[in-house]
Amino acid sequence: MNLAILLLIVLFSTSCFFFGRKKIINITAANKIRMNALPDYYGYYLALWCAIPAVLILAFWTVFEPTIIKAFIINNITSSNLKEFNSDELNLIYQQIKALYLGNFTGTLTEEIRRGAENYKSFLSIAEGSKIVILISIVIVTTLYSYKKLINNNKAREDVEKIFKAVLFTCSLVAILTTIGIIFSLLFESIKFFTTINIFDFLFGTSWSPQRAFVRDATTITPEEYNELKDAFGSVPLFAGTAFIAFIAMIVAVPIGLFSGIYLAEYASKKVRKYSKPIIEILAGIPTVVYGFFAALTVGPFFREFGERFGLEVSSESALAAGLVMGVMIIPYVSSLSDDVINAVPQSLRDGSYAVGATKSETIKKVVIPAALPGIVGSVLLAVSRAIGETMIVVMAAGLAARLTINPLESTTTITTQIVMILIGDQEFDSPKTQSAFALGLTLFFATLILNYIALRFVKKYREKYE
Amino acid sequence: MVMTNNKVKIKTEKLDVFYGQKQALKNVNLEIFNREVTALIGPSGCGKSTYIRCINRMNDVIETCKISGSIKIDGQEINNKQIDVVRLRERIGMVFQKPNPFPKSIYDNVAYGPQIHGLADHKDKLDQIVQTSLKKSALWEEVKDRLDEPGTSLSGGQQQRLCIARAISVNPEVILMDEPCSALDPIATAKIEELMEELKKTFTIVIVTHSMAQAVRVSQRTGFFHLGNLIEVDTTDKMFKNPNNKMTQDYITGRFG
Repeated sequence: MNLAILLLIVLFSTSCFFFGRKKIINITAANKIRMNALPDYYGYYLALWCAIPAVLILAFWTVFEPTIIKAFIINNITSSNLKEFNSDELNLIYQQIKALYLGNFTGTLTEEIRRGAENYKSFLSIAEGSKIVILISIVIVTTLYSYKKLINNNKAREDVEKIFKAVLFTCSLVAILTTIGIIFSLLFESIKFFTTINIFDFLFGTSWSPQRAFVRDATTITPEEYNELKDAFGSVPLFAGTAFIAFIAMIVAVPIGLFSGIYLAEYASKKVRKYSKPIIEILAGIPTVVYGFFAALTVGPFFREFGERFGLEVSSESALAAGLVMGVMIIPYVSSLSDDVINAVPQSLRDGSYAVGATKSETIKKVVIPAALPGIVGSVLLAVSRAIGETMIVVMAAGLAARLTINPLESTTTITTQIVMILIGDQEFDSPKTQSAFALGLTLFFATLILNYIALRFVKKYREKYE
Repeated sequence: MVMTNNKVKIKTEKLDVFYGQKQALKNVNLEIFNREVTALIGPSGCGKSTYIRCINRMNDVIETCKISGSIKIDGQEINNKQIDVVRLRERIGMVFQKPNPFPKSIYDNVAYGPQIHGLADHKDKLDQIVQTSLKKSALWEEVKDRLDEPGTSLSGGQQQRLCIARAISVNPEVILMDEPCSALDPIATAKIEELMEELKKTFTIVIVTHSMAQAVRVSQRTGFFHLGNLIEVDTTDKMFKNPNNKMTQDYITGRFG
């Protein structure tokens, strides 16, 4: 229904465009005058005025209609019944009424549900009718208003500009509000978690086993219970595991990525560069889950067999396998970014170095790389934050056991893996275990935020140098 | 004008340069004399920069560039594959149009050349080279108390003198200057010109310039390029007072270019 209305509005607004444009062309021709703006602008002006208010009202209506109808229904139930319901029961009844209306009701049909469904139906039709009436009148009013302004030769060009600006602003606002919304939802759940578990116990505890934390009422935790509970939620092993795997990944990605970036920027001929750069960038396009089973099924077992030959005990899920594959995944980020920053070093610096008799590698080592260093550091930090946030590979290849270890051959686990483990399956939403996922997410968010901030600062500093 | 040391330093014969399909220099025959300033003038795109970039083989950097003909320095052919380009550039310094100090300290900018060529075996020697070079480029008094500061923090004119110091730090025989003053204000330009007067006592200098006045002020010989041809070369005095070629006459009097 809404879709049909939307389509109608768009159709009407399109015809308004042509109508408005034609009108202005006629006026211009008949009176031999030059209008304030080109005919197209008057077309746009009319079309936008016709469409935007109506679409906005339609959107608000669609968002708020269910809430309002629900309020009416619940009001009906409570006023026509002597029995007192609490909010959970009211919610249940409302859901049953909706189910009955939609025809997929199961359970015992009571009088109030039947009556509610009738009410629901009538409310819906009233809403539908009034919606259409309001929309039609809005479209007529705004179209007439803009048409009147249009034939009075308003400054359609400036007005279209304003509307355009407003549309752009709204779009960026959506992005910003979404970010803020995500942060707040993380924050609120985390705060709930931190009321149960002390934030310092969470940040500095060295034992992580959330499966030990049985659901219990957070308000009645005895000190003994708390002691046990805090041992379930010490996040240090997770951070250590994350940092460890990211470290292994960077050991792989930084040299290979940086050197291939240098090769591409300084040595590769135009032809080689043209073909090899996209190929390297394909690495970045491979879904991480593919890397994941590559790590779990190929690299992990390979290391185990290889280790056995030397009498080493290698877990088939190891930090080494996960880190290695993650490093391969990150190579294109480092190489592509460092290629860009090396290319941005002005040719005049290289010329200056060649002119005093430096060779190419001396020039790269002593002039180009130092000049590009802030940018390179920036790209490495961006790669680190990417490594820290990576989930799929570690879920599949690094294991789940949260232990503090620096042996790359043992299995270890990361923050992201644990978040996945906590949230898959049926979970009580208000248990400390579930909430701990939010706390982990928040901490991870801050860690990558800080890294990204530092990276961007480096990159910015680098940019200023040549401008 | 009396020529005190008119020994030929650089002798170019039948030099042709191509950038891809485009011929940038056509059969250029030019002699550059020891310890004097030779100015190359001509309208934009006439090949004067291309010419000096042949002398220290800086055109090697450009993939599509092809050079044929002979360039001899002190009788030694340098336009062939056997020549060690790195050694050649050590002997022939270059100063560019836009000052291009490295994003390093003033000290490191000057010490860069001597370090990569191993000219100083200990720190004191290096300090000494840096100091002499900066003195020769008339920058020492202005920067001696802040050698640790980045070279890029200097003013445009100072940066260009720093680049000159960098060029002379490896003790070259020839200094090529590619419009060294075009990005500078008149005062900085005057300083560089003054400096060239001093430098020509030790070095052979080839300067590309767009300013006829500058050519008159600093050079002893002038060559005029047009569309890849060397039209005329003679003493600066003669070139500007009584040129043989009508085209030279027209250019220096500002009738074209």
